[in-house]
Amino acid sequence: MSNVLTYEHAVEVRELVKRFGAFTAVDRLDFTVKRGEIFGFLGPNGAGKSTTIRMLCGLLLPTAGRGTVAGLDIIRESERIKTRIGYMSQKFSLYEDLTVEENIAFYGGIYGVSDARLAERKAWILEMANLADRRHSLTGELAVGWKQRLALGCAMVHEPEILFLDEPTGGVDPISRRNFWDLIFTVAGAGVTVMVTTHYMDEAEHCDRLAMIYGGKLIALGSPAELKAQYADAGQLLEIEADPLMRALDVLAEAVHDVAVFGTTLHAVVHAARGEAMVRTTLERAGVAVRRVEPIAPSLEDVFVRLIEQADRQREEAG
Amino acid sequence: MNWRRIGKLMKKELLQTLRDRRLLGVLFLAPVFQLFLFGYAVSTDVNHVATAVYDADRTAASRQLVERFMRSGYFDYRAALDHPAQIDHLLNTGKVQMVLHIPRGFANDLQRGRTAQVQSIMDGTDSTTAGIAAGYVEGVVRAYAAGISVERLVRARGVVSSVPGIDARLRVWYNPELKSVQFMVPGVLCMILLIITMMMTALAIVKEKEIGTLEQLIVTPITATELMLGKTLPFLLIGLVDLAAVLLVAAHVFHVAVAGSVLLLFAISILFLMTTLGLGIFISTISKTQHEATLTSFFFFLPFILLSGFMFPVENMPRVVQWITYAIPLRYFLEVIRGIFLKGNDLSVLWPHVLVLAAFGITIISVSAWRFQKRVG
Repeated sequence: MSNVLTYEHAVEVRELVKRFGAFTAVDRLDFTVKRGEIFGFLGPNGAGKSTTIRMLCGLLLPTAGRGTVAGLDIIRESERIKTRIGYMSQKFSLYEDLTVEENIAFYGGIYGVSDARLAERKAWILEMANLADRRHSLTGELAVGWKQRLALGCAMVHEPEILFLDEPTGGVDPISRRNFWDLIFTVAGAGVTVMVTTHYMDEAEHCDRLAMIYGGKLIALGSPAELKAQYADAGQLLEIEADPLMRALDVLAEAVHDVAVFGTTLHAVVHAARGEAMVRTTLERAGVAVRRVEPIAPSLEDVFVRLIEQADRQREEAG
Repeated sequence: MNWRRIGKLMKKELLQTLRDRRLLGVLFLAPVFQLFLFGYAVSTDVNHVATAVYDADRTAASRQLVERFMRSGYFDYRAALDHPAQIDHLLNTGKVQMVLHIPRGFANDLQRGRTAQVQSIMDGTDSTTAGIAAGYVEGVVRAYAAGISVERLVRARGVVSSVPGIDARLRVWYNPELKSVQFMVPGVLCMILLIITMMMTALAIVKEKEIGTLEQLIVTPITATELMLGKTLPFLLIGLVDLAAVLLVAAHVFHVAVAGSVLLLFAISILFLMTTLGLGIFISTISKTQHEATLTSFFFFLPFILLSGFMFPVENMPRVVQWITYAIPLRYFLEVIRGIFLKGNDLSVLWPHVLVLAAFGITIISVSAWRFQKRVG
């Protein structure tokens, strides 16, 4: 197996398209993943995240466009790609009627890991996943968090250079999620490139760079800090507590650039200068009780919601 | 092709099978149970037909005929009737299956050389049994009639040696007692191999599809051929173990031993298993869930079992249906198995069937492999 790392980008995608019948799941996607980074793929359900990952891993053939993984073509060289990557999906894809060790040994055997190497890898996985005491337990008897870590271990039994994680934390409790991200940092720290899909904003914050994807299209690309900075350019973000909230939303929708509901508050974007005072007077004039208006730093969620609303507006105008 | 990889897959498959108690029962106990069921319970032999006699003649001749019936061993004397009105009630309640009615004047007719009449009334709800019993009735009556003719001739001429006649003697070969167990064991064997290998293969693949491990396998460097072999060879092994188990039970419990070569039996079984394993893979490519796979399997079982000659002789089917049976691989395998089992046939006789089986096996495996390839790609 050639382990010469001669490629420039871990993943490179140009004009990638996937259609299922009349439905376009992935619409002319362009992005690159740098070697060694944690690259987040953020978007709502059905945005095309999994479809993209499945094309990169050789599970689906693209309808059009091209791409490389580890410098290898995803259409012509998908079998060679498979020896270089690890893939883990939300399903955790383990055999529940086999023990922890048997699962590791099975995947190791399928990846062609030699027996001597497999012993080392098994020890590493058991330690990494904290499963040493459970090595002889049936996998079906493990708690979800453990299964998740074992699945990651099995996906890495052959020491892949690039790891694709498709919603790896779906259906897992917050503590396990946090532990799992610690594992991702460890793995990335050892030089493995990680491409991970998620719809959790807190997870997106952990990524080196993010691609936001909506309706199969790329709507933003950059580090979390860059994306928030772009947002700040558009104006000042205010958090507003008012009563009744929905009446306030209607009133502000006419008066300001952007407004959206965030839990029990509203987030609105205003031009920095007289923004705060303008919001107060507008609401009070409309008979809404204003409890609090406060400038805040935008979160990724603000960025994401705003980008999605923009995309929806553009689509309406176009259609 | 990487045999180590195939070995790992086989090992995993066998581990999973051995750990599943219920599956183990299906794989190893059910075949033996089926053999007992078909061997003991499902018997097409007709004995002990419950018979009532309405003898309206009440003569020496009529009593002689009745005695002939009872001595034949096929009929059990249950009741003597003295009124025809009782017949309906007895048959209707199922107390007897047949009523033998000897009308008044039976002996008189015989004496005068006229054609005498005897009536047998059958319960036809079980048409197979009724048909076979009717054959026995005819046989008994004919033998009785022949006896009288000879007697008459001898009396007329006074010379014994000059009576001409044809003495037809029936000899049944290969299964001299016409026991249905002999006939059933090879059939049950075929059915077990068909069900276990076809259905288990389909389910094993579709199960991986359902739990997502198939997708996980597809992102590994394993090839479609390796995956296919790793998923089917374990069931080939299990099928052969079942074959051995059924042979042992057949020999020791039913005393039906293989007349021909056991080795040949195994060799040709492997040929047939190519067809069933191939069908299993094919079913897995068109089913999304285990439930779908089970239903689709039945879609194949029924024509296989009904049209192969396992249940009904092919010769008795309408012409058009007989043509269809040529497309059923089990038909050829059944002939081979019965040939080896009962007649001790070898390849010099069986080769045409073997060729057809090989053709079926190769075709079905190829088509399935091609479909499987597309799913993986």
